[in-house]
Amino acid sequence: MRDVYFDYGAATPVRPGVVEAMLPYLKEQFGNPLSLHRYGDGPRQAVEDAREKVAQLIGARGNEIYFTASGSEANNMAVKGVALMNEKKGKHLVVSAVEHLSVINAAQTMEKMGFEVTRVPVDKYGLVDPGDVENALRDDTTLVSIMHANSEVGTIQPIAEIGRVVKAKSKAYLHTDAVATAGNLPVDVKELGVGLLSLAGNQFYGPKGAGALYVKRATRIMPLIDGGVQEAGRRAGTENVPAIVGLGVAAELAASEMEQRRAHVLPLRDRLIERLTGEIDHLYLTGHATKRLPGHVSVVVEYIEGEAMLLLLNMQGIAASSGSTCTSRALKASHVLTAMGFDPGLANGSLLLTLGSGNSAEDVDYLMEVFPPIVDRLRQMSPLYKAD
Amino acid sequence: MPGYSEKVMDHFANPRNVGEIEDADGVGSVGNPVCGDMMTFNIKVDGDRLTDVKFKTFGCGAAIACSSMVSEMAKGKTLEEAKKITNADVAAELEGLPKNKMHCSNLGADALHQAIEDYEAKAKEG
Repeated sequence: MRDVYFDYGAATPVRPGVVEAMLPYLKEQFGNPLSLHRYGDGPRQAVEDAREKVAQLIGARGNEIYFTASGSEANNMAVKGVALMNEKKGKHLVVSAVEHLSVINAAQTMEKMGFEVTRVPVDKYGLVDPGDVENALRDDTTLVSIMHANSEVGTIQPIAEIGRVVKAKSKAYLHTDAVATAGNLPVDVKELGVGLLSLAGNQFYGPKGAGALYVKRATRIMPLIDGGVQEAGRRAGTENVPAIVGLGVAAELAASEMEQRRAHVLPLRDRLIERLTGEIDHLYLTGHATKRLPGHVSVVVEYIEGEAMLLLLNMQGIAASSGSTCTSRALKASHVLTAMGFDPGLANGSLLLTLGSGNSAEDVDYLMEVFPPIVDRLRQMSPLYKAD
Repeated sequence: MPGYSEKVMDHFANPRNVGEIEDADGVGSVGNPVCGDMMTFNIKVDGDRLTDVKFKTFGCGAAIACSSMVSEMAKGKTLEEAKKITNADVAAELEGLPKNKMHCSNLGADALHQAIEDYEAKAKEG
């Protein structure tokens, strides 16, 4: 049996260098960055250093970075903060049908509060057509939020094109949820043409509890969390100094190692896709084949269910994920696969494998040794499967 | 896995009575792939007893475990005894199910009862 972790999309191991950098801020450097006495100096400087590092990762300025507790919080801050602050200019929001639930549900909350939301459809690969975004824009649109890449199916969206369209045709702010991309592939806010961007450290070998929202200067945004003066008054709460420090170091490492990391996972991803689709019948890749996150493999396996696959894989040492109804605690089929036109029954057979720094060709081979028998076994048990 | 007892994991990993019965006396099917759970029960009846019970399931760990447990509980019982098997009984035999998986035990009991109803309807027609 082999211990294989194929769920980097859920969490990544924190780099030793990152842990080391965080420790002093859990120990002797425990002060509050706002304290005027000397105990505040180290932590205050550390937070500002981290801010610069995160800014550099995405081509922004330090004073455009706001630390949050997670990518979901950053998404909520963007959607609700921009919608509410710009209410007088308009109450129309545009999102895609495949956004992360933190954007989908934040938009839904705004709908309940009297805003109108247009959900732009996607094609069968999960791609947004910039033309559809253009058609959705109105005079009263204040925010467009389209994710940079989808974490369920890996598809990378044409944000730069969408940015051009939004800029040319509207006064709306453009936000992108870059939680799946920042730290994993080059992300530059100017190139993308976005005014807001979310990211999260646990996606690139940083700690959990460490997210950030880029907000271009002069953007009108209402704080989600009111209170003290932290984060220039836009996000109250004593800073999680250790997590922020960790985020900064992880961002720095991600920037300097980006090409190596991509070069490491890309061939493994492609090998895995090739073998899965080639060796197991009635199994289909979901998401775009090439406009795809470098370490992302997502498939649907006909006639069987996702959680059952995960349990059997786990018993054989392989950690993976799924977007099936049973695994989604909400007991609803994946809104992403549904938006892409997948039959709900097929969507329940989803398997998601996300690769990272610890994976090797041997891991891929081991999965292909262990998984086909699992599929056979579950198909033998399934009332839907008739052997060809 | 969160919330699954050892018994559930055992029935999931080593399900009893998987399969079909070619000349089944009764067939019951509940659920559908859209919901994420589907179970089909085949039964063989002799006199007033279930002499054989087989099942096939499309579903998660709890779904498979519940169908396996139901088949084990029903095999060898009289039709009357088998009709009395409830989802609560199934969950209890499995030593508990997570709250969001209780519906799997409903499905298992329902599929079995449907198979018995199917048999009784056929038996009436003669």
